[in-house]
Amino acid sequence: MNKHFAPSGLSRRSFLVLSAGTGIGLTLAAGDISAAEPGSFTANAFVAIGTDGKVTVTVKHLEMGQGVATGLPVLVAEELEVDPAAIRVKFAPADAKLYNNLFWGPSQGTGGSTATANSWEQLRKAGAAAREMLIEAAARRLKVDRATLTARNGEIVHGPSGRRLSYGALVADAAKLAPPADPPLKAVADFRLIGTSGIRRGDSKTKNDGTALYGGDIRLPGMVTAVVARPPVFGATLKTLDRTAALRVAGVVAVVPISSGVAVVGDDFWAAQQGRAALKLDWTLPAERPSSETIRADFAHLLDQPGMIARHDGDGAAALSQGVKRLSAVYEVPYLAHAPMEPLSCVVRLSKARCEIWAGSQLQTLDQALAAKAAGLKPEQVEINTLYAGGSFGRRANPTSDYIVEGVEVAKAVGAPVRLIWTREDDIAGGYYRPLFVHGFDAALDAAGAPLAWHHRIVGQSILAGGPFAAMIKDGIDVTSVEGAANLPYAIHHLQVELHSPKLPVPVLWWRSVGSSHTAFATECFLDELAQAGGKDPLELRRALLAGHPRHLGVLELAVAKAGWGNPLPAGTGRGLAVHECFNSVVAQVAEVTIGPKGEIKVDRVVCAVDCGVAVTPDVIRAQMEGGIAFGLSAALLGEITLKDGAAVQSNFHDYRCLRMSEMPRVEVHIVPSTAAPTGVGEPGVPPIAPAVCNAIFAVTGKRIRRLPIGNTVPS
Amino acid sequence: MISLIVNGERHKVDADPDMPLLWVLRDHLGLDGTKYGCGEGVCGACTILVDGEAMRSCTLPVGELAGRAITTIQGLDSAIGKALFAAWAEVDVPQCGYCQPGQILSAAALLRHTPKPSDTDIDTAMDGNLCRCGTYARIRAAIHLAAGRLATGPLGGGK
Ligand code: FES
Ligand code: FES
Repeated sequence: MNKHFAPSGLSRRSFLVLSAGTGIGLTLAAGDISAAEPGSFTANAFVAIGTDGKVTVTVKHLEMGQGVATGLPVLVAEELEVDPAAIRVKFAPADAKLYNNLFWGPSQGTGGSTATANSWEQLRKAGAAAREMLIEAAARRLKVDRATLTARNGEIVHGPSGRRLSYGALVADAAKLAPPADPPLKAVADFRLIGTSGIRRGDSKTKNDGTALYGGDIRLPGMVTAVVARPPVFGATLKTLDRTAALRVAGVVAVVPISSGVAVVGDDFWAAQQGRAALKLDWTLPAERPSSETIRADFAHLLDQPGMIARHDGDGAAALSQGVKRLSAVYEVPYLAHAPMEPLSCVVRLSKARCEIWAGSQLQTLDQALAAKAAGLKPEQVEINTLYAGGSFGRRANPTSDYIVEGVEVAKAVGAPVRLIWTREDDIAGGYYRPLFVHGFDAALDAAGAPLAWHHRIVGQSILAGGPFAAMIKDGIDVTSVEGAANLPYAIHHLQVELHSPKLPVPVLWWRSVGSSHTAFATECFLDELAQAGGKDPLELRRALLAGHPRHLGVLELAVAKAGWGNPLPAGTGRGLAVHECFNSVVAQVAEVTIGPKGEIKVDRVVCAVDCGVAVTPDVIRAQMEGGIAFGLSAALLGEITLKDGAAVQSNFHDYRCLRMSEMPRVEVHIVPSTAAPTGVGEPGVPPIAPAVCNAIFAVTGKRIRRLPIGNTVPS
Repeated sequence: MISLIVNGERHKVDADPDMPLLWVLRDHLGLDGTKYGCGEGVCGACTILVDGEAMRSCTLPVGELAGRAITTIQGLDSAIGKALFAAWAEVDVPQCGYCQPGQILSAAALLRHTPKPSDTDIDTAMDGNLCRCGTYARIRAAIHLAAGRLATGPLGGGK
């Protein structure tokens, strides 16, 4: 197929087929729908089988590297009794009824490490329903009792006679049957695929050979390319625009003001980019132009003032005076950009009554609604073609659908299909950062050296305030600011967690592991400080305080056993430990760090144990832990966006540094066996690595790291 | 008109000689396997081979490349290339996948000069290729796997 004109593997017709029903999921009238594709069997919104027996699974989530396009079809294959490697995967169209995230209500999207967890029953039932219909069709054909039939490897087998019917031979009959309301599901003990190693990623080959499609790879006839000049300072507005020089650049076809700035449109990217450089723009700067230094100082002042109470156990902070030893510390983390490898991009084709969008869309129905608004259409007139995303880490899931809306606005202005591209500089300077946070701790130890009181005050911008997700704020507390801190698992009798959410004109957003990306660092490092102050081994103290948390203890014991905690290490090398729960999964990590003669930090090895319920595809889980550790270590050692007068100082990977091959430790991942429903995997690997490394650095040097990023050498 | 040899085929391209090769490949020749990540030569997503050497196409003015043999991921069909593709799939290296074409081309250049690379050789050759998904350990494993196969297998001419 010529990918320049129609994205391969994303047939429009099948989108229409799959979204033609009005019912939800398995209640879809199968017979009606399959009429659209002659001979094939559309069992439900997720499973279709062709006359050749080929199974197509519709994936409602964005594949951004986390492996949903591999793991989700396994859920179907398990019940449908087919080889997952032979399944064709299609990405679902935007549809809040059929393809919503079941944890989010009527909204389709991927985030919060929910893809497998919310699909766990839904996709197994989709596979089981198709299987039951095929069995029923076979029973009628063979005129035998259903109970004598079993599904196995793409065939229905009649036990007594050994007769076999392939799925392909049964689809026409199965398509005429009503889907079962509640098909039986296998018991965990009967799984043949779920939980097995060796299931390869379905998208490896095309991603390796360069044929996998991302937003910037779509080509449409007559398409132009746009880049946008955005305000140089957060909150600045356009005063004057002189487009003469830009329009003189060869290949530039238009310069159009849009709501986020000024779009320069060219025949190709290079023309648009040269045109943007030639723009003469004058901006009205806002009065408030914050810098990281002043923000840090302002936040530090807030640490002295009572905040909103996020948790209060026992006598809370009032108990601090009851201890025999007091300890306090301040921990800080900077703003961070997500910097996914693929900068944001989308392709938009607009006509009078239709808007087609190709993008690595992460919140399909929000993107659809906001695109419709920008286009002046109804949401159902907007078609979202979800492609692979070259990473996201949360960036694509933003409340304004910024890059999508820009694409629509430009397409509207120029009357041609538009490919909109953010450069890396746009990405780094463009905001939606992980917020800067300051954490203040006060604690008291009892006479035995055990923590008696823990007082934790958190200061940082709210991600949720003022946006479409503001309803998630409860009693003034943005849960994403305190997660991982307000639910501290340790048995400390007097415990108080407070929050300040100061407002600043800096756009902030969830960043892989969200609140836990900073609360784990602060709490797990400070707990280590308490262990040391109380004369206790960091592992022993955690064991003692986690008695009521079997999953925490499970990963902790597994990680320390595999790491050889307590075994001697060479001089200059030390171990650090951290355990943290996020998105209902618990992860423990032991980091081994060597400090060189000049303080050079080398993270040698990380041992990771994870409890994420049933491990659907263990290989994908291992990869996510490896990737989460790399992502978290990158931020811990190197990641920092510094604001100066309302703008980011950093501009590209040369100064927004990210982890490279030579800095990657050896990683060993161990999965705790479980029969509980699956929980998150994409994010939980991130939080423990920063505190594990900092605690290891302390073990070697006796220096506490209380501010990230650490840098490549231990700060003096 | 600039005359380019890409993946063994001759192309005439009507482009500003200062235009980086990356955008000629992507926007004029439709070779979208070559990815944009930074535009300043520091991420490796745009890596291609020029006369067998790994280079960053985002900083190579197309005007300087007349007559040079350019290989993109879509034209990597050497024995080394085949061994790398096989190893990459076997180790399941990619996550988002966006960096991987560039990684594979850097690895191809490495194996051409250093058929049996040490970990340090790999660090040196691959440090210019970022992977935000953190697939580095698997990239390392896949390079070792491919190198081993090339040394002993039929493709390597074996010893
Ligand atoms: S795009 Fe060329 S090195 Fe990053
Ligand atoms: S696989 Fe995503 S950046 Fe490397």
